[in-house]
Amino acid sequence: MTLDKLPVGQTARIVAVDWATLVEEEALRLRALGVDVGSKLSVSHRGVFGGADPLALRVGRMTVALRRAHARAMQVTLLENGLESGQ
Amino acid sequence: MSRWHKAALVGNPNAGKSALFNALTGARQKIANYPGVTVERRGGRMILPNGAPIELTDLPGSYGLTATSPDEEVTRKVILGELAGEPAPDVLVVVLDASNLEQHLVFAQEVIALGKPTVVALNMIDLAERDGLVLDPKALSNALGVPVIPTVAVRRRGLTELGEAIAQAEGHAGDAPHPRARLDLAERRMEAHAIADGVIISESAKHRLHSRMDDVLLHPWIGPVFLLGLLFVVFQAVFAWAAPLQDGLEGFVGLLSDAVKGAMAPGLLRDFITDGVMAGVGAVVVFLPQIIILFFFILVLEATGYMARAAFLMDRMMAGVGLSGRSFIPLLSSFACAVPGIMATRSITDPKDRLTTILIAPLMTCSARLPVYAVIIAAFIPNRPVGVVGLQGLVLFGLYVFGIVGAMVVALILRRSVTKGAASGFIMEMPKYQLPRLRDLGLGLFQRGWIFLRRAGTIILQVNIVLWLLLNFPQAQKGQDQVDASFAGHIANGLAVALKPIGFNRDIALALIPSMMAREVAVSSLATTYAVAAGDEDTTAHQLSAQLQKHWSLATALAFLAWFVFAPQCISTIAVTRRETNGWKWPGFMLAYLFALAYVFAGITYWSAVALGF
Repeated sequence: MTLDKLPVGQTARIVAVDWATLVEEEALRLRALGVDVGSKLSVSHRGVFGGADPLALRVGRMTVALRRAHARAMQVTLLENGLESGQ
Repeated sequence: MSRWHKAALVGNPNAGKSALFNALTGARQKIANYPGVTVERRGGRMILPNGAPIELTDLPGSYGLTATSPDEEVTRKVILGELAGEPAPDVLVVVLDASNLEQHLVFAQEVIALGKPTVVALNMIDLAERDGLVLDPKALSNALGVPVIPTVAVRRRGLTELGEAIAQAEGHAGDAPHPRARLDLAERRMEAHAIADGVIISESAKHRLHSRMDDVLLHPWIGPVFLLGLLFVVFQAVFAWAAPLQDGLEGFVGLLSDAVKGAMAPGLLRDFITDGVMAGVGAVVVFLPQIIILFFFILVLEATGYMARAAFLMDRMMAGVGLSGRSFIPLLSSFACAVPGIMATRSITDPKDRLTTILIAPLMTCSARLPVYAVIIAAFIPNRPVGVVGLQGLVLFGLYVFGIVGAMVVALILRRSVTKGAASGFIMEMPKYQLPRLRDLGLGLFQRGWIFLRRAGTIILQVNIVLWLLLNFPQAQKGQDQVDASFAGHIANGLAVALKPIGFNRDIALALIPSMMAREVAVSSLATTYAVAAGDEDTTAHQLSAQLQKHWSLATALAFLAWFVFAPQCISTIAVTRRETNGWKWPGFMLAYLFALAYVFAGITYWSAVALGF
């Protein structure tokens, strides 16, 4: 499924990113923040208005906000009871 | 000595660089913890433990040497010595957030790989411990091949050791580039993961404080309600808390003025001191408490990390008018003052987004408007309760809302016409929650207050003196009104013709001219005008309310308020816009559209009020 469909609290891993749909700067920024193929993350919060946009992701020990439009470009696979820090 | 030796602090945003910088240099600087600090060069001197002085630069937060924003561009150029007039630093101090080690190591490796003398400050180690994270600095030092010093900037822990490490590092220049230089981003991330794994001795998986706080503050219902409530409390506080302090200051100015009156012989000089200087400056200085209270809230919100959450909550709404949550922070800062607000737009990567935000920033009710609003509200709006709040506070809140709604509508129109372009994204790191540091808060408030008083003491004083001269010369003949006879009266008469349709009298026209310098001057120039007009009666600034009621109708007062919601009466804002947009085109556009709006809305307000019989 794509990241924007990921239920809040469910841990997942990014398996593919459609970089072509992202502006180059956005792609760079996302990768710098650790949102990239292979990253383990969960959605911790969603925005309030208009289709629960944006999303707040937990990536490692960080919280990163991004919009649904970015999340849609990312394929994720669910992880069972993923621990927070990859132990 | 050829030149100062230089060290630079580098690291990700939110690594606590600014706090460390302040702790090391004692620099009197404001710490703003929102994503993307303005590209100001912040430098300071420190004395190393061995007695050697060194120049320290605090570079903007950066995620990598591949720049994606103006801030990162500056950081990259300084580190590599590519910035004209800025010699490359001799020592790089990489600041890491201990609780965010894995993420921060990605950029740290990139910096270390440059092969320059480098020291790592493992910062905020106390917060990491609070989160149940135990780290091994030695292991980190071995893995990175550079000295690692654990620091807690706010408690001044590890500063001496850091200074010693900087002194020692200085000799080790020009080693062969580190093998890590060849790693690309993905490889550096793998490496960061491996290093972090080796450095973390233990971590308890306890639910951390800030995710619990986010559960509340980012909650779909509680979050927005809290934000709205918070904004409301701020504006009520600005009005209610400041009142007693303000009364005290007003009384003091009155006493001072009386003392001068008692001590000096009547004449032009005495009038100049009481009516020109004291009435003018006093009328502005009494707003110091309000300014301080407003900045207190803004600084606390920045320091705690709540600002980024507000941006998250507001992103969807901002997207509705073609902006992003990133614009929310500069706009919120503009409530304090549009000048830093406009400078803060540098963190907005999308140029069209940024330009739109700059153009609407002056519509946010800045603190300079407060004196104007406060005087008019106090004079014309009865102080009676409406439910749980006061009517005066409600009107003030309404003026703020008016400005916000205006800004949003303007943004929507601009994004479809002048600044047309693709919708921008919103990608942002949310900093950890932190308790604000009293010392930094105190410094910030002192700075704000001082800037305000300095303005009152310089620009506002000068404008008032000029105005007083224009009002008093030429001297009136017998039986002639002084204001009518004066130079200022003639100028204002010309302007009043254009302003008459929207209910403005000549005194207002007179006040609008000097308040182009700074909005607050409107209050002091009204005070001066009425003091001069009242002649030698006992008129001081604190009786301005009574004078206004005598000279203005309610419709005029309301139109005046509407004018001030929109009018771009601030030279500094125009100047900073020119600087940030590199030319006169956009500040010119800003002036034109804001004056047009001000005229139209003041007119609508006036005629509606007249029609309703006010």
